[in-house]
Amino acid sequence: MTDTAINPRSTFARLRMQIPVTLVIGVVMTLFWIALALLAPVISHYDPIKIDVLHTLQPPGAEHWLGSDATGRDVFTRIIYGARQDLAMAFFGVVGPIILGTMIGLVSGYFGGRLDAVLMRILEVTISFPYFVLVIAIVAVLGPGLKSYFISLTCVNWVSYTRLVRSQALVLRGADFVLAARTMGLRHDRIMLFHILPNAIVPSVVFVMTDAVLTIVLGSSLGFLGLGVQPPTPEWGAMIAEGQTYLTSAWWISIFPGIAVCTLAMGLSLVADGLARLLNTGP
Amino acid sequence: MGRYGFLLKRPFQLIPVLIGISLITFVLLQMTPGDPVRLMLGPKASQAAIDFVRARYGLDRPVLVQYFYYITNAVQGDFGQSIAYRSPVGPVIVSRIQPTVFLILYGLAISVMLTLALAVGAARARGRWPDHTIRFLCVAGVGIPSYFIGLLLIMAFCLHFRWFPVSGYGPNVIENLWHLFLPALTIGIAVTPILTRNLRATFIQQLDADYAMACRSKGLSEHYVFTRHVFWNSLLPTVNLLGVVVAFLIGGTVVIENVFTIPGLGALLVRAVLTRDYFVVQAVTLILACGVVIANFAVDVATVMLDPRVKL
Amino acid sequence: MAEAAQDLVRVENLAIDFVTAYGDVAALRDVSFSMRKGEVLGIVGESGSGKTVACRAILKLIAANARVKSGRILFEGRDVLAMDEKALGHLRGEQAAMIFQNPSTHMDPLMPVGRQVGEGMVLHEGISWKQADQRAVALLDDMRIVDPARRSRAYPHELSGGMRQRVMIAAALACKPKLLIADEPTTALDVTVQKQILDLLRRIRKKRDLSIILVSHDLGVVAEMCDRVVVMKDGRVVEQGPVEEILQAPKDDYTRRLIASQPSLLKPTVPIRIPANDAPHLAIEDLKVSFSSGPGFIGWALRKPPLVVRAVDGVSLSLRRGGSLGIVGESGSGKSTIARAIVGLVHPEAGAVAVDGQPLDPILGRRKPEQQRKLQMVFQDPFLSLNPAFTVARTLAEPLRQHRICPEREIPGRIAELIAKVELPANLLNRRTTQLSGGQRQRVGIARALALEPEILIADEVTSALDVTIQAQVLGLFERLRRELSLTLILISHDLAVVRYLCEQVAVMRNGRLVEYGPTEHVLDAPKEQYTRDLIAAIPRLSGHDGDRTARSVQTG
Repeated sequence: MTDTAINPRSTFARLRMQIPVTLVIGVVMTLFWIALALLAPVISHYDPIKIDVLHTLQPPGAEHWLGSDATGRDVFTRIIYGARQDLAMAFFGVVGPIILGTMIGLVSGYFGGRLDAVLMRILEVTISFPYFVLVIAIVAVLGPGLKSYFISLTCVNWVSYTRLVRSQALVLRGADFVLAARTMGLRHDRIMLFHILPNAIVPSVVFVMTDAVLTIVLGSSLGFLGLGVQPPTPEWGAMIAEGQTYLTSAWWISIFPGIAVCTLAMGLSLVADGLARLLNTGP
Repeated sequence: MGRYGFLLKRPFQLIPVLIGISLITFVLLQMTPGDPVRLMLGPKASQAAIDFVRARYGLDRPVLVQYFYYITNAVQGDFGQSIAYRSPVGPVIVSRIQPTVFLILYGLAISVMLTLALAVGAARARGRWPDHTIRFLCVAGVGIPSYFIGLLLIMAFCLHFRWFPVSGYGPNVIENLWHLFLPALTIGIAVTPILTRNLRATFIQQLDADYAMACRSKGLSEHYVFTRHVFWNSLLPTVNLLGVVVAFLIGGTVVIENVFTIPGLGALLVRAVLTRDYFVVQAVTLILACGVVIANFAVDVATVMLDPRVKL
Repeated sequence: MAEAAQDLVRVENLAIDFVTAYGDVAALRDVSFSMRKGEVLGIVGESGSGKTVACRAILKLIAANARVKSGRILFEGRDVLAMDEKALGHLRGEQAAMIFQNPSTHMDPLMPVGRQVGEGMVLHEGISWKQADQRAVALLDDMRIVDPARRSRAYPHELSGGMRQRVMIAAALACKPKLLIADEPTTALDVTVQKQILDLLRRIRKKRDLSIILVSHDLGVVAEMCDRVVVMKDGRVVEQGPVEEILQAPKDDYTRRLIASQPSLLKPTVPIRIPANDAPHLAIEDLKVSFSSGPGFIGWALRKPPLVVRAVDGVSLSLRRGGSLGIVGESGSGKSTIARAIVGLVHPEAGAVAVDGQPLDPILGRRKPEQQRKLQMVFQDPFLSLNPAFTVARTLAEPLRQHRICPEREIPGRIAELIAKVELPANLLNRRTTQLSGGQRQRVGIARALALEPEILIADEVTSALDVTIQAQVLGLFERLRRELSLTLILISHDLAVVRYLCEQVAVMRNGRLVEYGPTEHVLDAPKEQYTRDLIAAIPRLSGHDGDRTARSVQTG
């Protein structure tokens, strides 16, 4: 380019201006939960499932850091084992939708025409169902559990990615560089793979983390309603529901898992926000 | 036909969507394990009774005919028999529509008010601490599950201060504004972060828009530019988002009705799933989807009213 | 200081930086100029010259991340940059107002245009909305808007581009300012509309005794309109003075280069003499292309016919091998659609395209690879025509691999040849395409088209997005390549001067039809059709703003 009229900043100063503080906090919070989940057996010597009738409803203290529940299980232990379920729900819950949604969006946006019209009608019908209600309905048919949770999410949530990718693909298919590729005789599959996809995927990448937040809230809500991970496997939403009847006498059974959901979801949300800012302001 | 001609046209355009919705709910029931009629009539039903119900709902006919029966019955308000309630599904649902609709509208009103206050506040204090605080709260707030907000509110205002009843649904509107305040507030708080983030971002983008600068170049005050130009232009994307948010809200009521034990469709749905009351699940899903369709229609009307460029 | 008091605007040693994550970028450096009352001052410069920043600073319209490092701006002796919000509110609109390049984004889409003209009056003069509406209608009438009472109730999207610009001028003049700052007011408009707007500016200037600052990249526009001119480059003032002086005796090197790059001053190339060969290389016969919008569900149910727009309506053209044809026309004339139909990107509904007498299949995918290879295209916007995810090398390797032009191991050598052919340094090969400047990108686009060794090259507005000095270089490159590779060239442009420079034949198009078609000298020097004459008359000329100076020739270096 022409002569650079830029007073360059030091690399450190530039990074400090570019990387949002919230991103750092978010990454730390997320890594904290991942570490707890992985190291659960090392950190706690309690069994998350075994019932201990002699020590029910113990308040937080030296013995049970965060108290014990109605069947005498250690709340802290159940929370860190439960993190495995909730983290899995957050991260694997987005995999199916992103693959299916991106493929449909790409094909639909690039080819347009009748295929697009049909796919968009299907999309329109899918988004006419309240997200959460359709997930519950599908879980009802398949039976509760993680597997049916992942299947129902894929059936329902592909629309988010399809909309993001399709809107980009619609613009890109008319872009000059795509027309140039066509005049050079490139086949459609190559154009989609090398020319459309890399340029259409960015908004989806930004959205993935936000989606993980929504997914974890949804998954724990299912657990709360008794439609998610089945007892006795520890899961935060289900733990909160178990403690609901003891809100006045043993508040810790519900409140600590609640704080766990909030901190993990907040961490992911901060990462999402930071990533969005980083990718949108980049060169 | 003019700009509002779509009010007549639009309902016809919704037909394919409604057909799609009915198809999906129909397929869902087809996929359920076991024989729904046996489930419906219980283990002690006679073969004659089973055959009668089969014929009544066309279940002994080919799938396509079954679908036709399903549609005609649904249009007449016949959704089959509830196992748990031992009565037709239709009346069971009708009595529960009102609390849910009330809760959704109440929650929507609260979240719209919260959103406007927060987003305008943030945009006017752009780049200063109120803006940063509101932004941070919105980012963090997305991650708080609504049922947990509900539990905290119950602990604080019902169990500790005893200002509000823990659960239930009152006999009239005035009573319900008080009865349902906490559940509505919970739902409102749950969707406010998304709406506020969106509206704040749009405000700030529109404040930098070319037309806003052109207004300033004419010597119009910042206050005037915001209230007369930027505000209205910024509403459009958020109004469009409202359609999605209503779908989200309807999902939210399913959880909240269970937290606060409100006798609405959401509580009914969860109970039906747990008791494998499939006809109820099917009917509630269908009704709630129709609710979203109506909400989207309302959003279309609002968009046309706000934006002279839109023609539907 | 006595002289300073007479100045309407005086900019002294202005320096502005933009604070970015990558460092502080200097937008303006030590900029000084002044203008008297009643004068028309032109500020001319290419993209990145700081001309827009400078003119906006006069109204203190500076971006949030801009820092004024030094200098002041005096408007009638008062320092604008030191004014508070209230004083600025009186300066803007009442003393000085501004119009912008793109009227469609600079108007509120949700407010009727009459209101947007009148709101300034209500706020500045305290009159009622009803009075303001009446005065707005009168003002729109003065801007020669037909049926102003009805138009004032219209929304911006219901007006044409030229009409919107008239409305914006009316809104700027609502409170009778002394100074009008016009930032590229005609750049987004067709040349005939541009002429109308410039005529309007001239008329209101006389009638209202207005001072005007006209910012433009187009030296022709500035020469026609202005008394004095400021030439800017990279945030500095390079030269300033009376228009005649600057045009006839430019002192600065850059100004000289800028003048020499004007397409109207480029000497037409000598046509290549190729042994007369009767068979045309490319022939287009009665081409018809139309676009239809889908009828939708309701339309389908009611059996309504879809809305059809005919973009190209019965066009026949033919070209000898090695010949060059320019297709000119304003926006919506269908010139780009012809190009796309030839290449096969849009499907014509009727007509034939033949190369060497062989008819081509209308659908690109069904043409044989050799046929695809023969016809290549260079696209308009260099920022859209290269895949941002690719490096330059990958961009050029792709067509080579696709058509197996050479064995895999020869590809690097071939790429190096191509990049040298378009006069780019080889060290750019490993850069991402997003890291190149507009001119560099356009050269890569040309190299990519040449990779397939085409016989016919179609260039669609290839220089319209480039700065004028870069444009001159790229046109020169085209001229050289065409000669060396004996290409048959179709050049699509809105700029008659560009076509005159490169083409032996010209086709003038309007609303999808051919208006006039023939050898360049005949069409452009002795046009038969009124439309062609209007088009030629609308082009701003460097030497045209004073009757007795038309014969003046500009010394080019």
